[in-house]
Amino acid sequence: MNELKIPRINESIYHDRLENGLDVFLYPKDELEKTFAIFSTKYGSIDQKFIPLNEQEMVTVPDGIAHFLEHKMFEKEDGDVFQHFSERGASANAFTSFTQTAYLFSSTSDVKENVETLLDFVQDPYFTEESVEKEKGIIEQEIRMYDDKADWRLFFGTLGAMFEKHPVHIDIAGTVESINKITHEDLYTCYETFYHPSNMQLFIIGNFDLDEIESLVRDNQSNKSFEDQKEIERDYGDEPVQVHKQQEVIKMPVSTPKCMVAVKEKPEALQKEVLLENDLVRDIVLDLYFSKSGRYFEELYQEGLTIDTLRLEFVLEDSFGFTAVGANTMEPEKFSKRVKEMFLQIKDEEIDENDYERAKKKKYGELIREFNDIEGTANNFMQYNQMGLDFRDIFETLENLSLDRFKDNLSKWVSEEQIAICMVVPEGE
Amino acid sequence: MQTLVDHKVDYDDYELHLINTKKFKTNTIALKFSRPIEREDITKRALIPFVLQKGAAKYPTERDLRLELDELYGAKFSITSSKKGENHIITFTLDLANEKFIEGEDELLQKGISFLHEIANNPKLDGDQFDSNIVEKEKETLENKINSIIDEKMQYANMRLIDEMCKGEKFGIRSHGYLEDLDEIDAQVLYEAYQKMITEDQLDIYIVGDLEEEHAKSILESKFQINRNPNVSIRRVEPKEPSEENDITEAQKIQQGKLHLGYRTGITYQDEQYPALQVFNGIFGGFPHSKLFLNVREKHSLAYYAASRFESHKGLLFVFSGIAPEKYDQAKDIIMEQHEAIKKGEVSDEELEQTKKTIIHSLKETIDRPRGIINWYYQQVIGGKEMTNQEMVEAIQSVTKEQVVAVSKRVQLDTVYFLTAEDGGAEHE
Repeated sequence: MNELKIPRINESIYHDRLENGLDVFLYPKDELEKTFAIFSTKYGSIDQKFIPLNEQEMVTVPDGIAHFLEHKMFEKEDGDVFQHFSERGASANAFTSFTQTAYLFSSTSDVKENVETLLDFVQDPYFTEESVEKEKGIIEQEIRMYDDKADWRLFFGTLGAMFEKHPVHIDIAGTVESINKITHEDLYTCYETFYHPSNMQLFIIGNFDLDEIESLVRDNQSNKSFEDQKEIERDYGDEPVQVHKQQEVIKMPVSTPKCMVAVKEKPEALQKEVLLENDLVRDIVLDLYFSKSGRYFEELYQEGLTIDTLRLEFVLEDSFGFTAVGANTMEPEKFSKRVKEMFLQIKDEEIDENDYERAKKKKYGELIREFNDIEGTANNFMQYNQMGLDFRDIFETLENLSLDRFKDNLSKWVSEEQIAICMVVPEGE
Repeated sequence: MQTLVDHKVDYDDYELHLINTKKFKTNTIALKFSRPIEREDITKRALIPFVLQKGAAKYPTERDLRLELDELYGAKFSITSSKKGENHIITFTLDLANEKFIEGEDELLQKGISFLHEIANNPKLDGDQFDSNIVEKEKETLENKINSIIDEKMQYANMRLIDEMCKGEKFGIRSHGYLEDLDEIDAQVLYEAYQKMITEDQLDIYIVGDLEEEHAKSILESKFQINRNPNVSIRRVEPKEPSEENDITEAQKIQQGKLHLGYRTGITYQDEQYPALQVFNGIFGGFPHSKLFLNVREKHSLAYYAASRFESHKGLLFVFSGIAPEKYDQAKDIIMEQHEAIKKGEVSDEELEQTKKTIIHSLKETIDRPRGIINWYYQQVIGGKEMTNQEMVEAIQSVTKEQVVAVSKRVQLDTVYFLTAEDGGAEHE
C-alpha cells in the first residue's frame, strides 16, 4: 500500500487500488477504541440517466431509485443484515446523498468480522418482486414525513428554483408516484452498473491492525469475480448558468416563515483545478459575513430580519454547486431583498487584512479539530477522492490563499442571474 | 483497551482533573460549577448561561466574543446547565485545536484558559449589576424555550412524569426553571445569583488532550484566579421507596399518545448492584435488541418507539413509548409483562451477552470523545465512587443472569403518566 502522509497532524493514511478497481483507504489510529468503516459508491440521487452495464443506449430510471436500492441492500434471503452487526455490539447504517450511496458501521470489537460482513452484504444483492413491493409503503411514509418538515421543503424549494435540468433539484427519496414505478429489475440494472468495485471506495479508520485488515480486504475481493467495466456514462442535462426561477413560494402550516437565498455556481468554478480553492473561499465568505461573528449577520439581526442563527450551506460537486443563506424570519420579503443585495455587494467590500487572517486562522483550527471526528474525516477524504481530489491538499490550498487571490476569486463569483430565493410562508397568506 | 487516568490536583477552592490522552487533535477545557438544586435558585441559575454568552467586560457584544473565538483558531465554546441527581450543574466548555499542530503558535492553551477566565470572572456589568438590556432579552429567550417544551411531546411527557413522581422531592425541580419566577428576576438579582455561583459552588475543572501536565497545571494556576470560598458540596440522597402506583392521564390535541412509566430502582452509582442495573436496563429497553423494542414495537406494532433509560444518582428508571391513544391498556400490559419476564428469569444467554457487548461498545465510544470523557469522569464526582474504564468493563462483563434477576425484583413501578388525544382516540377505533 502507499503511505499518504498528513504532515500537519503527523499521521498517515494507507491507500491502494485493488485489481478489480476498488479504492481502499486504511487510516489506523491505535489510540482510539473505535473503528469506523464506510463502503461507498459514486452513485446518488442525481444519477438517474445513464448507459447501463453492457448496453449502448441511455436509460432514465424512476426518481428516488438510489435511495430505494440502499434500503433494499440490508434485506437478504436469511433476514436482516443489521442483526449480524448488533450481535457483535456494533452499529450499522447507510445513507444516500446527491452523489453517493454509503454503507457503514462502527464497532469497538470484532473489526475483522464486521468488515467482512460489510463487504459481503453490499456485494450480494437480493431483490425480489415481493420485497420491493413491501418497501414501497415504508418509503412512502418516509417521504410523507419529510413533506411535513419545513426546513427540508425550504432546501428543496431553493434547489428547484436554482436548477432547471440538473437532477439535483429532485428530492433524494423521489416522490410517492415515482417510487411506485420502481421494479426489482430496475434495481438490478442500477446495482450492476453502479456497484462495480471500480466505482466504489472503502475507507476504514480507527483501532485495527493494518496488515491484518489489508490482507482481509484483498482476499475477500480476489475471491469474487467482476467483469471489467469502462467509465460509466451519465447524463445530468444541459444546465444553463442562470437560475430556473428567481423566486419560489411554498405554503404550509408553519408559525414562523422561512426564507433561503442561494447563489448557483458557474460551471467553470467547479473545474477540478479550482474546486478545492473555491470550496475554501465559499466557506470563508460565509464565515466572514454570515456567521455569528460576521458583519452581515449582525446587520440582519439588528434590522430584525432574522430570529436566530442563520442556516449556512455550501455544496461544490463536479456537476453542480451552490452557496445558500437561510433564516427563520418574520419578514421573508425584506430578508431576501437584503441578502440578495449582500451577495451582490460582497465583491466590492473592503476586507481588512487582520479580519481576513483571523478568518483563515479559524478555518485552519477547524480543519485540525475536524480530525477528532473520525466519521467526518472518512467522509471528507471519500467525497474529494470521488472527484479525483486529495483532501490533504486543503491545508496547502488554505495557506496559499492570499487576500488578493481571495478577492480576485470573489470578483468572479456572483451575478444577479445566479441568485434564487425560496420562501416557506404560512398557509392562507 | 487503554486505561485512562484522571490525574487530580486538589486546590483549596477547586479540583483540577488532568486527563492526558493522544486520542485528540484538540484540548478541551471544562469548568463545572455545582450546587444542590433548590426551587428558589433554579430559574436564575437556568438564565445565567444565556446572559454570560452575550458578552463580557472584555468582549462587550456577542460578536466581539465570537471574534475572539475565531482568533483562537475557531475554538468552540458553550455554557450549558443540567441536573445530575439532586444537583444543578453549570458547565463552561471550550474546545481548542492543539497548538502542536499549528506552526508558530505555542500559547493557544494559555489564551484559551485566559478567555474562559474572562467570561466566567469578568462579565459585562453596568455598575454593580448585569447589563439590564441583555438580561431582559435573555429572559425572553428562556421564556420561549420553556414555552416550547409543550411542542416537544416526548420531552413534555417526560417532564410531567417527573413532576408527578417526584413531588416534594428536590429531584422534581425543573432544571430549566419556571415561568412564574421570571418577573422577579432583574439585572441585580441575577448578578447576585451569579456571584453566589462563581464564589460558593463546588468547582471541578477538566483539561483533556495531548498535554504536558505540569505545563497545563502552571498555566491554570497563573491564569485562572478567582476569589472563591466554596461552601457547598454534592448532595447525595438515600433512594426513596416507591409509593402506591399513581396513574395520571392528561389530554391534548395530539395524534400519538405518550405512555411514560417511572420506576424506583433503589440503586445508585455507588451501589454494588449498579453494573447489574445497567445490564438489566439493556435487556429491558435500552437498545434496539431489547425486550421492549422487540415486543412493543416489532411483535405487536403498538408503538413507534419504546425504550427505557435509568438515572444514576437518584435511583430511577423510565420507560418511554409513543402509542395510538386507544392502545393504552394493551401497551401498558405488554411493558409490564417484559419486566415480569425478566423477574421470572426469562433471559437468554444471547440476550445477556449481546447486551453486555453493546454496553461496553457505548462506553468505549463515549471515551473516544473529549466531552464524553469529561462527563464520564464527572459522573464519578457526582456519584462519589471512582473507577477506571477498565474496571467498569470488567464489572459489566462479570454480571450474571441471577444478578440481573435480583435487580429486576428491586425495580418497582411508581408512576404511570399518559398523554392522550382529547377525543381519547375514539375516531381511530
